[in-house]
Amino acid sequence: MNSHRTWLKTTVTIPNALGLHARPAAQIAKTVQDAGVNARLVTDHETVDASSIIDILTLGCIKGSQVTLEVEKSGARAEQALRHLIYLFENGFGEPS
Amino acid sequence: MPKIDTSEIILKGIGASPGICIGKAYLVGQEGVNVIKRYPIATKDLADEVQRFKTAVQKSKEELREITANSPEDIRSHLNIFESHELLLKDKMLYGRTIETIERDQVNAEWALRKVVSRLRRMFKSMANSYLKDRASDIVQVSDRIMRNLVGKESVNIAEIDKRVILVAHDLSPAETSQIQLERIKGFVTDRGGRTSHTSIIARTLQIPAALGLVNATSAIQNDDILIVDGATGVVILHPEDHTIIQYEERRARFERYRANITRKSHIAAQTTDGLSLNVMGNIELPEEVVAVMDHGGDGIGLFRTEFQYMGRAGFPTEAQLFDKYRDVVEVIAPKPVTIRTLDINGDKPTAQTAECNEANPALGLRAIRYCLRNTEMFHTQLRAILRASAYGPVRVIFPMISGISELRAAKKVLAQTRQSLDHDGLAYDADVKIGIMIEVPSAGIMAAQLAREVDFFSIGTNDLIQYTLAIDRGNRLVADLYQPLHPAIIRLIKQVIDAGKACGIPTYMCGEMAADPVHIPVLLGLGIAELSMNPMSIPVVKDTIRRLDCDATHGLIDEIFKLDTAEQIEALIHRRYCDMLPKDAMCVLD
Repeated sequence: MNSHRTWLKTTVTIPNALGLHARPAAQIAKTVQDAGVNARLVTDHETVDASSIIDILTLGCIKGSQVTLEVEKSGARAEQALRHLIYLFENGFGEPS
Repeated sequence: MPKIDTSEIILKGIGASPGICIGKAYLVGQEGVNVIKRYPIATKDLADEVQRFKTAVQKSKEELREITANSPEDIRSHLNIFESHELLLKDKMLYGRTIETIERDQVNAEWALRKVVSRLRRMFKSMANSYLKDRASDIVQVSDRIMRNLVGKESVNIAEIDKRVILVAHDLSPAETSQIQLERIKGFVTDRGGRTSHTSIIARTLQIPAALGLVNATSAIQNDDILIVDGATGVVILHPEDHTIIQYEERRARFERYRANITRKSHIAAQTTDGLSLNVMGNIELPEEVVAVMDHGGDGIGLFRTEFQYMGRAGFPTEAQLFDKYRDVVEVIAPKPVTIRTLDINGDKPTAQTAECNEANPALGLRAIRYCLRNTEMFHTQLRAILRASAYGPVRVIFPMISGISELRAAKKVLAQTRQSLDHDGLAYDADVKIGIMIEVPSAGIMAAQLAREVDFFSIGTNDLIQYTLAIDRGNRLVADLYQPLHPAIIRLIKQVIDAGKACGIPTYMCGEMAADPVHIPVLLGLGIAELSMNPMSIPVVKDTIRRLDCDATHGLIDEIFKLDTAEQIEALIHRRYCDMLPKDAMCVLD
């Protein structure tokens, strides 16, 4: 499936104490929606649409768990979106770690 | 805190589900958001309905914007909670799915939204991390906001409605109970109803304290009044004084400890001191309740009431929809058996399809098997779904309200046709599915010897059997005290049924609320009942009672009971004989 589509990928660790709850999920979804790209979050068990808060919440990611960010290649926009997403994670969504 | 100019008032009702809760009253029907009606939307009107939903979302968005704009600068620094909510409003899992549901199910927007949200909530509830689990509340808050804009009610403070409340209502029909968001309910208080009413059964299953039949609760209690509900004694205290609250808080803690203690032992088999093992099963109404049965150590499902899936909807459910639910239950609890009762509608559980017929006396009217035999197409669909589920674990089929042998034969004929149709379609089912009947109409009890030859088991439905035999409306508080499970006529009738079954080598089970009261257990053991089924919450206490009893000795009890003339004498005898063995105050926390 989707063999013709290629994705930019980076694996990150959930840095904040409360995990991927509504607020971080909202930041991720907003970033993806604003960038207008296809993006998903992948864990060992599941793949979800990164533009949907609810989808992200269903991952139930707690602090310390790993998640792979994938953004579909579509020129510079995709790379910028991925950088922006990584930035959110690296800054712990502005929350205590 | 301002001094409230009201004094403590004690209201007395019927204790319908034990436990104590303290909280704010919420009167049903006043704000209307909690009970959501479902109605069909014609294909040509679907676009308008979707638009109505979109408008409500837009309005919600504007409200959130306004709140954000009015917030002080410093809390607005980052994406605040209202902005998360704003994104949630248009989230495809909420927004997109609701629109899809309106279009696919052709239903009103309120119902579609409720359906989508309750599915999401279940998904979050199953999460392991408790913090993330709580995040479902954001979705609930957002959907509440949309819902209010859909129904056009004035905005209620979110913080208020998010607190858990004590529901106060005149009466709750099964259809209404099914629509309440139960996780918001701390307790039930109603003007009508008794221990065997539907609300009571639901409350006990979900372990929510309930005091019913208070007559004037809805006029005495105002929204937001502070209440204490003691679901064991039926006492409701309005505007409690501080010392009363403290006293009840202590009782509540004691009760929780007692319940936890007895639940710990619930997974051990129920065996009498002389070695007889009895299966103690659970009654369920919603497929989700199977979990409660397992948690309380149930040995299977002794009664799966199937009415809920037929209620509050436009047409009858399809075979696939029914099969899905039945299979869920069967798979979850296998290899323990599931006893599925075929549809028992009308009576006190009217559905959209049967609403048009206004019967003066629905309990004696076109209901249950009578209704199914007149609507064989629908009956056939349900039987197909039940039989197909039997491929996934042991299933028993039980026909309700059988009053004589012709009805049983007619029902078995439809079942035989169902088997043929499944064979024809090459669909799997268990060829050895056990077939039984409910003994709940007195004539079936009288004819038990004849009926026993044509079934694999009996199950005594005591709620209806007592009601019909003693001519007592169990929901009528004027006569509720005459509803006596230990009435000598009832005991004789039960004995006759069990003996008739034994003569044909078939077991007799019991699935009414009579089986849930520890006082009745010595009698039922003595009569030779083969299995008990009850609301899941009662399972641990009943198992505990069985473990204290000597089965052999209960036979002597029956001989003595047969010499007595009244229910009062019989009850006194049991209490005298078993005062040490019956759990103290059963599930009541009395001083």
